[in-house]
Amino acid sequence: MNKILTLVATLGAAAALLAGCSKKSENSDAQETKVLLNVSYDPTRELYADYNQWFVQQMREKKHLKVEVKQSHGGSGKQARSVIEGLPADVVTLALSADIDVIAERTGKLPANWQKRLPENSCPYTSTIVFLVRKGNPKGIADWGDLARAGVSVITPNPKTSGGARWNYLAAWAWAEDQFHGDEDKVMEYMVKLFHNVPVLDSGARGSTNTFVQNGIGDVLLAWENEAFLAVNEFGSDKFDIVVPPMSIKAEPPVAVVDANAAAKGNAELAQEYLAGLYSPYGQALAARHYYRPCHPEMADARDMARFPKIRMVTIDDRFGGWAKVQKLHFTDGGVFDRIYTTGVGTNQSK
Amino acid sequence: MHHPGVSYEGKSVSRAARDPLWSRVFLIAGALVFLGVLLVLPLATVFVEALRKGLGAALETFANPDARYAIWLTLLVAGISVPLNLVFGLAASWAVTKHDFRGKSLLLTLIDLPFSVSPVISGLFLILVFGVNGWFGPMLNSLGLQIIFAVPGIVLATVFITFPFVARELIPAMESMGREEEQAAVILGASGWQILRRVTLPNVRWALLYGVLLCNARAMGEFGAVSVVSGHIRGETNTVPLHVEILYNEYNFVAAFAMASVLAILALLTLVAKTMLEWRIQRLQQQVVLERTRHRDPALVGPQP
Repeated sequence: MNKILTLVATLGAAAALLAGCSKKSENSDAQETKVLLNVSYDPTRELYADYNQWFVQQMREKKHLKVEVKQSHGGSGKQARSVIEGLPADVVTLALSADIDVIAERTGKLPANWQKRLPENSCPYTSTIVFLVRKGNPKGIADWGDLARAGVSVITPNPKTSGGARWNYLAAWAWAEDQFHGDEDKVMEYMVKLFHNVPVLDSGARGSTNTFVQNGIGDVLLAWENEAFLAVNEFGSDKFDIVVPPMSIKAEPPVAVVDANAAAKGNAELAQEYLAGLYSPYGQALAARHYYRPCHPEMADARDMARFPKIRMVTIDDRFGGWAKVQKLHFTDGGVFDRIYTTGVGTNQSK
Repeated sequence: MHHPGVSYEGKSVSRAARDPLWSRVFLIAGALVFLGVLLVLPLATVFVEALRKGLGAALETFANPDARYAIWLTLLVAGISVPLNLVFGLAASWAVTKHDFRGKSLLLTLIDLPFSVSPVISGLFLILVFGVNGWFGPMLNSLGLQIIFAVPGIVLATVFITFPFVARELIPAMESMGREEEQAAVILGASGWQILRRVTLPNVRWALLYGVLLCNARAMGEFGAVSVVSGHIRGETNTVPLHVEILYNEYNFVAAFAMASVLAILALLTLVAKTMLEWRIQRLQQQVVLERTRHRDPALVGPQP
């Protein structure tokens, strides 16, 4: 019996000792390390992994500051929810402004006019929505209309939790509005048919990409342009093709300092510099390298820029009157998306 | 009186022996295929995928500070929650089996609650209680304490999820022990602490260790509840299971499976330890039976060595 007690006590002591050691090694450096937390959406993992490395180096060389940047990634809406529930983000780099609006509105940790504080509506890079299809495009998908055809399986994440999914949804909506000359009933009919064809709704863009790419489900993935390029690069162009529809939406993922969180940690200035760096020549070139469309194309490598196809893009402000309006109309509980999706679920069997 | 039992037994044995060959082959093959597909194959896949690009590439995973931190955090969380649950479990099963009180069955149900509640829901409970907008949110905030999206939240979630393991192992062991020995100790004037230490614990030590082992395995592997309260900050609130998901989602398959094999190896070690314990318990029980028979009727046992 005593042996067991000793064993348990030893284990406990060892754990405590380990805890103590790791604390010590963190604090033993003469200068305090500033830790910045960037809460971001799903497909920016690779971009910020590179950007953080550069930023840390910049701070060390130019300001003699020891900085560490921590990342958290997930569906944009889910990430916003976490920040509201207390995830101490210094900066948020989310998929669309509505998600940052909610944080501002619910927590008051950043002012309502946050989007006016940085150039280009706080969007250092933009993107758009394209189609990723299986090699050779066996279902012959070329435009948004093809997504609603019977027998086509479409992969897109859940608009309630994912920012990319909301851009997908609105791009389809904009196309249908043009196609049917604004006939609301026909637009709804198209959207219902499209969501009939969706077998799974993942919570984030990366989850959907995995569903399509690795689990082999679906004929077409509605994807961020950068996510589509990344999938082709990772898995080879012999497996997938990118199909660029004639029109799409200009997806604007904004960035913001969460003032109250940054101030509480003494990171206010650092957080601002972190975001300013995204607009710098290096940040812009890096964004283009990771297939985001930089707001200053002239700063990026021309070869990177040449990879972006020309697409006619509608914007959220011109076409839909801004995110505040869209969010309320389409994506709140009982909104248009809920009506489309609940109509879709019941009739799914007919496929 | 004895006769019907014997003939029944004889019949059933001969019937089993007369089972046609095809049915035996079918049943055994079925069981083997089932085991292979559902257990062995996935386990083997983990290691095969981890070593796909060679041992070097797999080991490189552990050079990453985020990966090392995830392992350290998992050990820390298990190191805190397992001893806590050892104490809770011991106290709960002691109370349930050695005492009679009102609400005992309610307590038993409560102990089982974490088994019946989905881990994701348990995580959400914690957010509702300790989150910034939860019941204790304003109080914690004014004290400057961060529970959700920080290590304390992960520990709380793990403690909740693994709570029943120790108690569930101890309760049957203590029940089968009965209360006679403790009652005898009371009559002889032992204090409560003495009874626990000298009478109860020695009797249930193997069951206790077994419970701790299971508790530890689950504590290290828990995903759902931890995922909800973690916030997924790399190098800060990512445990091994969460880190596996991240690596997998970043197309970093070798690293994802290398991390997963750490968990798999821990699970296998637990299994080995568990088997050894079971063997130990069995032998111990046989010994007890043997000793008791000896006390009653030495002639039954035969010549002493």
